Amino acid sequence: MEEKLTVSISPHIREDISIRRIMYSVVVALLPALFFSIYIFRMKVLTIVLLSIGAAVGSETLCQYLFKRKITITDGSAVITGILLAFNLPPDSPFWLPIVGSIFAVVIAKQLFGGLGYNFINPALAGRAFLMASWPKIMTHAWEIPTHGTLSGIDAITSATPLTVLKEAKGILADPLSSAQSIATAKQALFQLGSKTSLSNLFFGSVGGCIGETSALFLLIGAVFLLVKKYIDWKIPLSYIGTVFILTLFIPTGINSLFHILSGGLVLGAFFMATDMVTSPVTPKGRWIFGIGCGAITVLIRLWGGYPEGVSYSILLMNCATPLIDIYTKPKKFGVVKKKATTEENTKEKERLG
Amino acid sequence: MLYKTFKGGIHLQTNKATDKKKIKPLPLPERVVIPVSQHTGKPSTPIVKLGDKVKTGQKIAEAEGFVSVPQHSSISGEVKEIAHYPHPVLGRDALSIVIESDGKDKWIKRKKHDYTKLARSEIVEIIKNGGIVGLGGAAFPTHVKLSPPKEKPIDTLILNGAECEPYLTVDHRTMLERTEDIIKGAKIIMKVLECDRCIIAIESNKKDAIEKFKNLIKDERIEVFTLKVKYPQGEERQIIKACLKREVPSGGLPMDVGVVVQNVGTVCAIYDAVHRDIPLLERSLTISGSGIKEPQNVKVRIGTILKNVIDNCGGYADGVGKIIMGGPLMGIAQYTDEVPILKATSGIIVQTEDEVSIEEEQPCIRCSRCVDVCPMRLLPCEIANYAEHHNFDKCEELDIMDCKECGSCSFVCPAKRNIAHLVKFAKNEIMSKM
Repeated sequence: MEEKLTVSISPHIREDISIRRIMYSVVVALLPALFFSIYIFRMKVLTIVLLSIGAAVGSETLCQYLFKRKITITDGSAVITGILLAFNLPPDSPFWLPIVGSIFAVVIAKQLFGGLGYNFINPALAGRAFLMASWPKIMTHAWEIPTHGTLSGIDAITSATPLTVLKEAKGILADPLSSAQSIATAKQALFQLGSKTSLSNLFFGSVGGCIGETSALFLLIGAVFLLVKKYIDWKIPLSYIGTVFILTLFIPTGINSLFHILSGGLVLGAFFMATDMVTSPVTPKGRWIFGIGCGAITVLIRLWGGYPEGVSYSILLMNCATPLIDIYTKPKKFGVVKKKATTEENTKEKERLG
Repeated sequence: MLYKTFKGGIHLQTNKATDKKKIKPLPLPERVVIPVSQHTGKPSTPIVKLGDKVKTGQKIAEAEGFVSVPQHSSISGEVKEIAHYPHPVLGRDALSIVIESDGKDKWIKRKKHDYTKLARSEIVEIIKNGGIVGLGGAAFPTHVKLSPPKEKPIDTLILNGAECEPYLTVDHRTMLERTEDIIKGAKIIMKVLECDRCIIAIESNKKDAIEKFKNLIKDERIEVFTLKVKYPQGEERQIIKACLKREVPSGGLPMDVGVVVQNVGTVCAIYDAVHRDIPLLERSLTISGSGIKEPQNVKVRIGTILKNVIDNCGGYADGVGKIIMGGPLMGIAQYTDEVPILKATSGIIVQTEDEVSIEEEQPCIRCSRCVDVCPMRLLPCEIANYAEHHNFDKCEELDIMDCKECGSCSFVCPAKRNIAHLVKFAKNEIMSKM
């Protein structure tokens, strides 16, 4: 035997899968929504996304260089953070906003905790929360209504997002000092929001909102790709959106449940951010709990919180609960079977009690 | 059609290139190296001296206690050496008896038995004296499995013909070529266990074997079950779950749920020992992989040197990278090809250099693919993380000892983490402290 033999422990074959492939598949899945966003908001959006990606990748490189870690920017995780952060920004953000946000996301939320795999909260959402706390006006006001392809004509009109309108309208209705006229306007606004036209606008994406959350349809196209590839688990989006749907069905919110699902960043959050592997539970039961928790907190914030939208905070809060969820939802290992005796004992007990 | 199976597990490219190739008996080896330990349990003790003349089938090492089996000479000739030689499973040199052939293959006297006239204890004694161990890979002494305590009655015997490891086709071929013998062997075991149900469990990719059994079984106590093609379907606990929906309790044995599982090759060996009085001294195995010129199934005497077997299969292809004894998922990589074929060697897979996967480990991204595939429903990623930091108490809390080391977790890991390796390491550390 001339050759040198490799000796290693089994298994001796590995599946053709890598972190890089999973990460870039997520990037690909985000592209339809990005292209649509560029189509409706024009090239400004592309600049914001590119700046965001650039800042994320750049700060990751710098951090890894300074911390003397292996440079792993090609794994695609920083690219995703950049895109997702940009998706969470208003389309007419100043250009420094994505840069500051991405640097916070990558440096503070990810690299300081040890880099990929060790961060306990979703970096992009941490970045968004930071921007939200620091520059609330820029982050929540002055939304641009999509010009919807009329690249030449109509100037963008500044308007509130549907969820902001909902919150304000409900505020007017709840206030005993509101004038009859404003109450009528608020009622009218609510009626319009819940109408079929409004819902289809939400679905196809001709409403005001963040860069990435305007069209549910294009986000779903990417999500289906990830689900088919099994790169994300269906349990989290299903339980998340399902919880929001059921809760808003039974709690009188002044508007129908479909509006709650399609508006804001719910679709983006449920399929692309709550499913972030690093910060969500690994156990099957834990994923259900994680999704339900996200849904409940989202509804709580939307209905009774100070912000119109609750998706990002709900995910961040559940991220923090993830280690705890994992501990308490350890799967029942193979070979721990319920004793047959217990069912027999139960029936006997029932018989005894008559 | 929905075939029977268990939860979890992985789908593999089966690469069963040799499933149409008949088992070819190889010429007698000039020399055999027979380690005294080829089984789970205490090593046997040599009962021959240097220079002794031995015949084929002669006992050369005696079992030590109940969980142990004797060894037999697989050729006739002279004992040349009793010394330490490389052992393919232990990974170090182990005491072995070296016999040089006289080329005559002179057998000891044999007498045929009629099992129906033998008492159960007599059959078990024949099996024990025949040195029979599980041929599927674990090499557990068969007579121990066939002696369950009175308080644990056995109601079902499962013949394991799943052969879920890629490349291996030897069980498939054995089922096709020795169908009748397997059925007869099953009847012997059923008599020993006093059970009246036998399931022959075969994965659905071996349709011809399933058909052949269905045509030849004339006994209503014996059924054929078709299982889904999935790894590790052939693992004892998983095959019981698939066939009977029973879960062997954690830390328990199949007999705790009234089941005994035997590999189909072992059943043939039992038939040979009882009917024809032939101890376990030869076995069939698959020689495959891109590093082999002519992949095929061969029958060799126990103790034949691996290199000689390969030479008889047209030799190595260019650029050999890894020699694996067993399947690619659970087999053991060899550091030399001067190791003997053991009783439990089900195959030799040779990978070429570019097939050898050495990829850099990345941090765990908690994707939970390992959790989804773990057939024992453990949390492999968490266990591996604790094992890496030598936190063995936490590993035990996470039920590391329930792991059957099937390697599915390492296989699916996108971060290329050596999860199974870390688990084995931690288990060793924990066992050494017990």
